[in-house]
Amino acid sequence: MSVILILILASLSVAVAFLISFIWAVRSGQYEDTCTPALRILPDDAAEKNSASGSKPKSSNS
Amino acid sequence: MNTNVETFKYDNRIVRAFAMATIVWGVVGMSVGLLAAVQLFFPDANLNLPFITFGRIRPLHTNAVIFAFVGNGMFTGIYYSLQRLCKARMFSDFLSWFNFWGWQLIIVSAALTLPLGFTTSKEYAELEWPIDIAITVVWVAFAVNLFGTLVKRREQHMYVAIWFYIATVVTIAVLHIVNSMEMPWSALKSYSMYAGVQDALVQWWYGHNAVAFFLTTPYLGLMYYFLPKAANRPVFSYRLSIIHFWALIFLYIWAGPHHLLYTALPDWAQSLGMLFSLMLIAPSWGGMLNGLLTLRGAWDKVRQDPMLKFMVVAVTAYGMATLEGPALSIKSVNSLSHYTDWTIAHAHTGALGWNGFLTFSMLYWLFPQLYRTKLWSVKLANYHFWISLLGMMFYIVPIYVAGVTEGLMWKQFTKDGFLQYPNFLETIVQVVPMFRLRALGGTLYILGTLLMAYNLYRTAKSGQFEPETVAQAAPLASHAPASGKIKFHRLLEGKPLFFTVLSIVAILVGGIVEIIPMYLIKENVPTIASVKPYTPLEVMGRDIYIREGCLGCHSQMIRPFRSETERYGEYSKSGEYVYDHPFLWASERKGPDLAREGGRYPDGWHFNHMDDPRSTSPGSIMPRYSWLLTQPLDTNSLPARLKALRKVGVPYPDGYENGPAQKDLAAQASRVVQNLKQGAVTAESDREIIALIAYLQRLGTDIKPAPAPAPATSTFE
Repeated sequence: MSVILILILASLSVAVAFLISFIWAVRSGQYEDTCTPALRILPDDAAEKNSASGSKPKSSNS
Repeated sequence: MNTNVETFKYDNRIVRAFAMATIVWGVVGMSVGLLAAVQLFFPDANLNLPFITFGRIRPLHTNAVIFAFVGNGMFTGIYYSLQRLCKARMFSDFLSWFNFWGWQLIIVSAALTLPLGFTTSKEYAELEWPIDIAITVVWVAFAVNLFGTLVKRREQHMYVAIWFYIATVVTIAVLHIVNSMEMPWSALKSYSMYAGVQDALVQWWYGHNAVAFFLTTPYLGLMYYFLPKAANRPVFSYRLSIIHFWALIFLYIWAGPHHLLYTALPDWAQSLGMLFSLMLIAPSWGGMLNGLLTLRGAWDKVRQDPMLKFMVVAVTAYGMATLEGPALSIKSVNSLSHYTDWTIAHAHTGALGWNGFLTFSMLYWLFPQLYRTKLWSVKLANYHFWISLLGMMFYIVPIYVAGVTEGLMWKQFTKDGFLQYPNFLETIVQVVPMFRLRALGGTLYILGTLLMAYNLYRTAKSGQFEPETVAQAAPLASHAPASGKIKFHRLLEGKPLFFTVLSIVAILVGGIVEIIPMYLIKENVPTIASVKPYTPLEVMGRDIYIREGCLGCHSQMIRPFRSETERYGEYSKSGEYVYDHPFLWASERKGPDLAREGGRYPDGWHFNHMDDPRSTSPGSIMPRYSWLLTQPLDTNSLPARLKALRKVGVPYPDGYENGPAQKDLAAQASRVVQNLKQGAVTAESDREIIALIAYLQRLGTDIKPAPAPAPATSTFE
């Protein structure tokens, strides 16, 4: 059953990679705002044609 | 703030290309599935052609639906949403189109090689080694394109959907490379580097996670993007969506062993797989509720908008499948469900409901966007919804009934302790009416898909395609002190980085190829002294067994239950499989298990049974394999096969393949011909059927004394 070591190593390296990216996400402030990101995806792309609302992250729709 | 706003264009051409491929391959994949379904109650529907016989087109159906339909659907959604979520065009147009044409080429080569019988036999990884390499290259191109887009994004926050895409890209790459370790022996054929139990474990670690990271995570990303867009309201709880993602990622990858409960896999690995499967209910249902609750207070929109109707069914099907999956992972439930049609019903709840309906929903929303128009006919889309929903019900419900019926009949004992249904055929004949209903359901589902294709075609006709959407946003660099990032950006845009990534992948693959066989072969010491490698003729027969996809219906793994040992003989031991490259345990039984088939019937019975199964077993749903009786055995390739097997650890003596092997093969073949003569069958010794009979007669005989052949009139099948 030595192959299980290979699988555990492969799975662990994936898990560690995601753990690191999780820590990065939290530290870099990705999750400080858990409200507006859900809203900011809503404005239609057609609106983006009008240069008036350049969809600045914090200026639109929040 | 607006001083350095940049103007850029989203690439819609690539989205349209993938969307059209999704529709075309969807219809193709579903139709192949229907052809397979019809053969289950009308075996002659294969027209006696090897290329369209169940065993060969079952993998074609699964591959077409998973990698061609859902795969293209995934790329459609990712290429559309990623650009908009990142406020950036895709990193490289070249890579986008390389991804597109590469993927279509892989699909076409699958559609050619699988019917021709070039298969590794490992489920959802049936494609042979050159195509495996192509998949790796195209996937790396996709990964570079995705990460490149992330680096040049103009939106600081990475929306939760992007995280689901990242999980898909990274994990599928690892899974694919580890599971595809194989030793080529010809331009299109190879043997798995892993043997027996090890191969089974790697395969189902892959198989489970392919479902998780190809059919689930990318589509969850699409759900988190397209559902709020279509409903025009934010997701119920963004915080919950973040928890959903991270919990899912850390749990999913450990649940694979639940596909091997009660097999020869060590018990602790089985229990671990079951435990993690049960834990998965929490994030899965969190995500499902998050999707459904997004529509709270907007159910009036669901009534009017077919796109939301499809989405609601998709998310509900996700909830059903992710509750059922853990339930099936409970060992006592699995003892009933495994090998039955229950598994197939479960898979189709996910495929038809979750992936299918979510794809339809996305396409109905996307086409009007891309063509700057309205959906041509809402009414027709509603017809599609109800026809396909009805089709889904007619598909899934009968197959559930069939699965439970099979499981119960296999386990039923009489008062006196004998099997109630000792003849396997009785149990399959019982569910044939269910197979008919399921084909009806599948037909309805395809009909719905065709209605969609027509509706979207008319939608496209009525609008004006917008190849590029102009958008504006300020670059990220103005927000953050990102001098390092800019450098990285520049670096990435240059070719060196692309080639660095490619060479790292190449080195990794090379390293794994070198290390794994050495490591495994040392460990692969036979634990049962009487288990010997297959003879040359048996190797040839085994490869025919693989080519014809016999494992689509026959398992080779007797579980330690009295109902199975009574029916099939001594339960299977892991030590019996040490020379099996690849393992052939299979995952469903439309016919009896073959792990101890050797010596059960005389050679003549097998000959007649292959020519026409209904001549020996009236009512059997097995296809005829009459071409095996006439096709000559390809003995020229024997040395290459044996050499490859030796390289992966089967102890054939040095030089054996250069002469002695052919002699042994000829001798064994003439013995089979002699046996056939006793059964009043005349056959030439250089036909494929001879090799297949030799292989079948070998199965399971290593650890039991050679039994006397059973009488020709058998009650078994």
